[in-house]
Amino acid sequence: MAGKLKLYYFDGRGKMESIRWLLAAAGVEFEEEFLETQEQYEKLLQGGSLLFQQVPMVEVDGMKMVQTRAILSYIAAKYNLYGKDLKERALIDMYVGGTDDLMGFILMFPFLSAEDKEKQRAVIVQKATSWYFPAYEKVLKDHGQDFLVGNNFSWADVHLLEAILMVEEKKSDVLSGFPQLQAFKARISSIPTIKKFLEPGSQRKPVPDDKYVETVRRVLRMYYDIKAN
Amino acid sequence: MSGKPRLTYCNGRGRMEPVRWLLAAAGVEFEEVFLETREQYEKLIKDGVLMFQQVPLVEIDGMKMVQTRAILSYIAGKYNLYGKDLKERALIDMYVEGITDLMQMILVFPFSPPEAKEKNLDSIKDRAINRYFPVFEKVLKHGQDFLVGNKFSWADVQLIEAILAVEEKIPAVLSGFPQLQAFKVRMSNMPAIKKFLQPGSPRKPPPDECYIETVLKIFKK
Repeated sequence: MAGKLKLYYFDGRGKMESIRWLLAAAGVEFEEEFLETQEQYEKLLQGGSLLFQQVPMVEVDGMKMVQTRAILSYIAAKYNLYGKDLKERALIDMYVGGTDDLMGFILMFPFLSAEDKEKQRAVIVQKATSWYFPAYEKVLKDHGQDFLVGNNFSWADVHLLEAILMVEEKKSDVLSGFPQLQAFKARISSIPTIKKFLEPGSQRKPVPDDKYVETVRRVLRMYYDIKAN
Repeated sequence: MSGKPRLTYCNGRGRMEPVRWLLAAAGVEFEEVFLETREQYEKLIKDGVLMFQQVPLVEIDGMKMVQTRAILSYIAGKYNLYGKDLKERALIDMYVEGITDLMQMILVFPFSPPEAKEKNLDSIKDRAINRYFPVFEKVLKHGQDFLVGNKFSWADVQLIEAILAVEEKIPAVLSGFPQLQAFKVRMSNMPAIKKFLQPGSPRKPPPDECYIETVLKIFKK
């Protein structure tokens, strides 16, 4: 039985992408099993592998972990990306909570109608530039350090870079007006493990397309439409 | 300036209620500031105390903490309610996250339009009975008093809160779950929780029309 981590999800970003980012940043290799059919999903369900009947699911250290945040916290702690004490962990948790909320606006974007997509794009950009980016810009400006917390690379940095890139995909010049974040983006992108993850051929998944949406709907039998925020 | 944590939120459950539960379960006294007007909220934003312009806000140990999960994790870690090692913490996190998903349905329920309420209530019942409660019923078959590591933890507090919240909507929801029934009795009798369940504690009542009105007034976009 390999000690390797194994990820169970669709062949696309969704809720699993932050986990791929964090593992990659930590330099940890992982395998992936992609859900393509209802039958695969039902098999996982019947095998009792999905505690709350949901993916993501990650097999790690003998556990079948579910719940994205639980998985991310475990990986962060295991690979020393969670600060040096309780207070640093609190800061990291706060910052990750913010970027999580921001990426949450983007998560269901692919499932929206064309008209709702335009509305949601505006919402994403507005939230990013008025609620979230200013908060991180200020953190970086106030301490002048390379990383968000404790002058040390952490989960918070990985998550923020992921969020920045995702918002930029919706509006390419969204970082104008945020010089600290521009510098941060350049710095973190050039960290060797992250640089590797950003190159073609890595396990990073592309922007979700219609095929991805179709797969998710088919596997989960999603007959209902999702509305924008 | 007291050393007590200070909670800023509306005078009602919402996203702050799990924080009240956890502090109470840990035997920690706290102060509360209640948002009643939009002006109060705008002043908080202007003063720069809300990192993402949102409440809950908990001032604790010199930090102005926002993001409910971050706040709860900090409290759990500080008061030894987070397991003894990384693996126990992973279990607690998984259980808490699952319960939070169920509680989220209850959180938004008061704000759903009248025509959707019956459908939403059915969803809550379906999820509780078919997805979440069976998991914890099964976990408790290990025969221990608590969910994780034979020790009282954040996961137990979150579960008792959720059980009581669901029961308020669906009174007979625990029939068919004998382990959970026993768990509910056990948790309710723990001194700190028993105290929190008595009148006069900081526990907030279920949301009513007045609470909903206040929230909409303060946060309307």
